[in-house]
Order: sequence, then C-alpha cells, then structure tokens
Amino acid sequence: MTDEPIIKVEDVHKWYGNFHALKGINMDVKKREVIVIFGPSGSGKSTFIRTLNRLEEHQRGQIMVDGIELSHDVRNIEQIRMETGMVFQQFNLFPHLTVMQNIVLAPIQVRRWTKQKAEEIAMELLERVGIPEQAHKFPGQLSGGQQQRVAIARALAMQPKIMLFDEPTSALDPEMIKEVLDVMIELAKSGMTIVAVTHEMGFARAVADRMVFFDKGEIVEQGTPEQIFNNPQSDRTKLFLSQILRH
Amino acid sequence: MTEVNTVLPPLSERSNILRWMRRNLFGSWSDSILTILGILIVYWVLKGFLTWAFTIAEWQVISINLRLIMVGQYPVEHTNRLWLWLGFLVFLSGNSIGIWARQSKYAVGLLIIPVLLALLPFGPEPRKWLIALTVTGLIGWGLGRSQPEALKRSVIVGWVILLPIIVLLTNGLSESETGFMSIVKTNLWGGLLLTFLLTVVAILFSFPIGVLLALGRRSELPIIRWASVAYIELVRGVPLITILFMAQLMLPLFLPAGWTVDRVVRAMIAMILFSAAYLAENVRGGLQAISRGQFEAAHALGLSGFQTMIFVILPQALRLVIPILVGQFIAVFKDTALVAIVGLFDLVGIAKTVLAQPAFLGLQREVYVFISLIYWVLSYGMSYLSRQLEERLGVGKR
Repeated sequence: MTDEPIIKVEDVHKWYGNFHALKGINMDVKKREVIVIFGPSGSGKSTFIRTLNRLEEHQRGQIMVDGIELSHDVRNIEQIRMETGMVFQQFNLFPHLTVMQNIVLAPIQVRRWTKQKAEEIAMELLERVGIPEQAHKFPGQLSGGQQQRVAIARALAMQPKIMLFDEPTSALDPEMIKEVLDVMIELAKSGMTIVAVTHEMGFARAVADRMVFFDKGEIVEQGTPEQIFNNPQSDRTKLFLSQILRH
Repeated sequence: MTEVNTVLPPLSERSNILRWMRRNLFGSWSDSILTILGILIVYWVLKGFLTWAFTIAEWQVISINLRLIMVGQYPVEHTNRLWLWLGFLVFLSGNSIGIWARQSKYAVGLLIIPVLLALLPFGPEPRKWLIALTVTGLIGWGLGRSQPEALKRSVIVGWVILLPIIVLLTNGLSESETGFMSIVKTNLWGGLLLTFLLTVVAILFSFPIGVLLALGRRSELPIIRWASVAYIELVRGVPLITILFMAQLMLPLFLPAGWTVDRVVRAMIAMILFSAAYLAENVRGGLQAISRGQFEAAHALGLSGFQTMIFVILPQALRLVIPILVGQFIAVFKDTALVAIVGLFDLVGIAKTVLAQPAFLGLQREVYVFISLIYWVLSYGMSYLSRQLEERLGVGKR
C-alpha cells in the first residue's frame, strides 16, 4: 500500500435547498485501500459517494481524484468518470441492450477500443463474476444477483482505478446477497481501491481497511473494523451498531 | 368393467357455437334484446350499402379516372420513372422481409399485393408493371433470405437513399423538354403520388426535428428550453389548415424578392413544422418515462451527454412511444388531405377535379368511398407494421 492518496476530500459541503446534507467532510483514500461507509438513512453517505464522480455537485470544498480536481470543467468530470467505476443499488443496467452490449458500450464509445478487444475483455470479466453463459441475454431475463454482477463487470470494463459501490446489495433478495459480496471481496483482495456504502458488516470485517460512520451529514467516527466493532468511541456509533447487529 | 352411465350435457352445451352464443349473446333478457337490435341495425346498414355498391353505384367513374387518382396529371410518357422507384421500393421491402421477417410465414404474402392490384381496371401497361413489381419483390425476398448477413448493410443504405431516389426520379433532371429525364413540374404531381410524397417527406423530416424539440424542451439551457416550448405551444395552438395557408400566402413575404418556393414544397414545409411539434410532445412522454438511474449509470461510465442520449436514453424512450408515434404518422398521412383546400391535387384535390367534370357530376359517393378505401388500407398497413415492430423490439424488455 503506497501512501499516495488517490482521493482527497477537503471540507466538502452540500446543500439541497436549505437542507445541509454534507457538513464539511474530510477524507483521504489511499491506493488499494478498501473503505466501508455506513450510517443511518439520510446521513448523507450516498450523497457523499456520489459527489466523488460528480453525480452530485458539491458546493464548497475540494475533491481531487487521481490528481484531477472535480470542478465545473466537463473534461475533468469525464476524465474522472473514466477512472472511477460505480455500482448502484438499483443496478441500472440498460434494459434494451444485452449483457454483452451493456458491458462493451462505454469501452467502445469512450475508450475507443475495437469491438473485438472490448468483447474479449467483457468475456473475461463475465467469467470473473461467474456468469459467462448469460452474455447474450437481456438484463430483464436475469436474477437480481446476476444483474448486479453484470453491473460490476460493466463498471470494471472501463478498467477504473477506483470502484464506488452505492448500497450494492440493498435491493437484493437475501439469497442473492452472497454471490454479489463474493465478487466484491474477490475484487478487494485483488488490490482495487474501493469505497463502498454498505451495511454488510461481514464484508466490512472481511476486507475493509477502514470503516467510516456517517450521521447527519458528518463523519462521526472512523477506524479499522476491529476498532469500530470492538471499541466504538461515539455513542451514536454504538447505538447504530447495536441496532444493525442485533439480528 | 362397469357400464359407463354417462350423462351427456344438454344439446345446447355440446355445441361450441350454441354454447358461446347462449353465454355471450343471449345471457339474459336484456342481452337478447340488444343482440337482436344490433343484428337489425347491422343488417339495415349493410343492406343499404351493398345494394348501393352493387346496383346503383356507377363505378366507371373510378376506372376511367384511375390514372388521375393515382398520379394526377403526371405525364404518361414519364410514368415509367415512377414505376422504377416503386420497383426499387418493393425490391427493398422484399429484401427486408427476407432478412428481418424470416420467422413470419405471412410477411412474404405482402409481395403478392401488386399482382392482386393488377386485377383492378388498370389497363395493360400498368398491369405489366404491377406483375413486374411482384417478381422484383420476390427476387429481393429470395436474395435477402439466402444472404441475410451479407446484404443487411446494403439494404439499410438502400432505405436511406430511397427518398432522394424517389424525389429525383419523380422530379427529373434536365430542364429541356427532350433531354434525359426532363423535369416534371410539381403542379402536375397529383393523386396518391402526391399524398404519398407529402406523407413520407413530412414524417421523415418532422421526426428528427421533433426529437430535437423534445430534447430542447428538457434542456438545462433556458434559452433552448424556452425556444422549444414556445415553438411547440405556438404550433399546437393553431389548426393545420391555417399553417398551410400561411405557408402558401405568407411565406413569400419573408423571402427575398425574386425568390419563390414551389407550392408543393411549401405544403411539405408546413406539414413538417406542424407534425414536428406534436412528435416532440410524444417523444417527451417517452423521455420522461426513463428513470434517472439510466442517466446516472451512463454518466458514471464516462459517456458524454450526447452519447448517453443516442445509445441509452433515446432507444428506450422511442421504443416506449412507438404506438403513439405511429398514431401520429397515420394522422399526418390523413392530414395531407387538407392540402386540397390550398389548391394542391392530392387524393382529395384530385377527387374534386374529377367530380368537377360534367360527365361525372353527382358521383361524389363513388369517388369519396374509393379514396376513403385507399386511406384506410394504407393507414391500416401502417398500424399493422407498427404492431410487428413492437413485437420484434419487445424482445428482452424489462
């Protein structure tokens, strides 16, 4: 693990109208680091991860991704989006395209790869996420877990340096969560830089280098999984953990 | 084995037809009364119509004027140019059916239509051409079926260059009367030919404009948004007939002195501008149905706004509104009838000139029934094609 931060977030604020959604977030993410962000709903954790690739605009502060500052400059935004892959809660696959077409669309259009190269890499990725046989089906013909794995393959096809996961298992039936987590764990172990918003504490325990607890638009506490689970400092963290770990 | 003591249901239950009738037509007293009333009304209308059609109607007004109804005053010596592009059109249709409608058993039957039309009182020359059309179509079908992959690309190119070819052949090239493909002035275009050209041009050009207006209406740039809204609301707020009049009478005011725009072209422009406003609203409906997640996923992958629209949003949005779009196209087709009022000789315009001839006074019924039939057949054809398209594109939908 090098010490060079690949994501630098300094004093980021975000308002929706008068609602102060992010209240001065500071965070550095090093290369190959795996960060799990958790916290109650409405705490700003999804908003925060979405500012990292400018799906949400921040109104104060500075975000640097891989040495590029996120600003109004469209070229910077497009550059950063090429370097960061994102996986959504609702999968957001393109329903009119086959699995293969979903994966090769951006590499062909944005990276300007040949169709052949893009399809070869897409097949490798589908094998990596365990569903090469689904390549020519449409998303609507797959289960939720399979769709989310396609979404991961689609994001990886752009060969990003950073992967962002926004509650990737929250819309899944319980029996499908594991197949998606397995892919994410394998990805984390392969050395990918990951920022994940998730309540899957098993995933956090297994691979997270650092856990960050968000509440009311602020980072309340952060630390290694060991510190967070065994010795949480803040009462709010304790309360939240006791609520989600009770079951 | 015991004697099977089967009790058959009553006779009325054993016959499918009788059972169906009892359930659906004579289920109760009121149903029975309505059924009988309905039958009486249908009988009365059909009897009136059929008696007229087969004993009173003088259909020779159609057979004598069939050429006028089809192409208006288009010169006889140049008619083969129209057959030529019709042949190209049928050939491409045959190709496309062979390539894309392989599993449909009936689609190829469409190519028989020209031969069936040859049964109409067209005279020997058109009959030869009509039979040639079916042969061309079948050759195209055979080629498409045997070489689908190799031909796909050229067939698509063929469809793209079809309209320029149609316009070129119909209009002609050389200014001189005797030269190669001499120009046929648009005031000689008429009948179904003119209706067809107006419709095709209006649909093909209004569609991209409509899509742009729909995107403009959703643009984040206020000037573009307001301009689109203003245009759409302005055009939708006035009747087509007034736009047609304005195109004929007011357009010359805006043009530099000495410039003239052909009257048919003026009508086409009016139709395009009118239809674009309606299409824009239809397309906007489709755009609104696409979830924000689709935009976000595309953006997160690094696709630009333009790429997102072309590859992700529009294909989904347009597919959602195919039935509405086709409804709009059918409306455009029928609305072309209004150009008769501004003095063009489309199907309705030519009907009026036919009826103005002393020999055919008082035969409105025959003529209008016949052109209604033409409108209906073509409209139904469009509607049928759109259902086929929907079915094909429905594959793997959410």
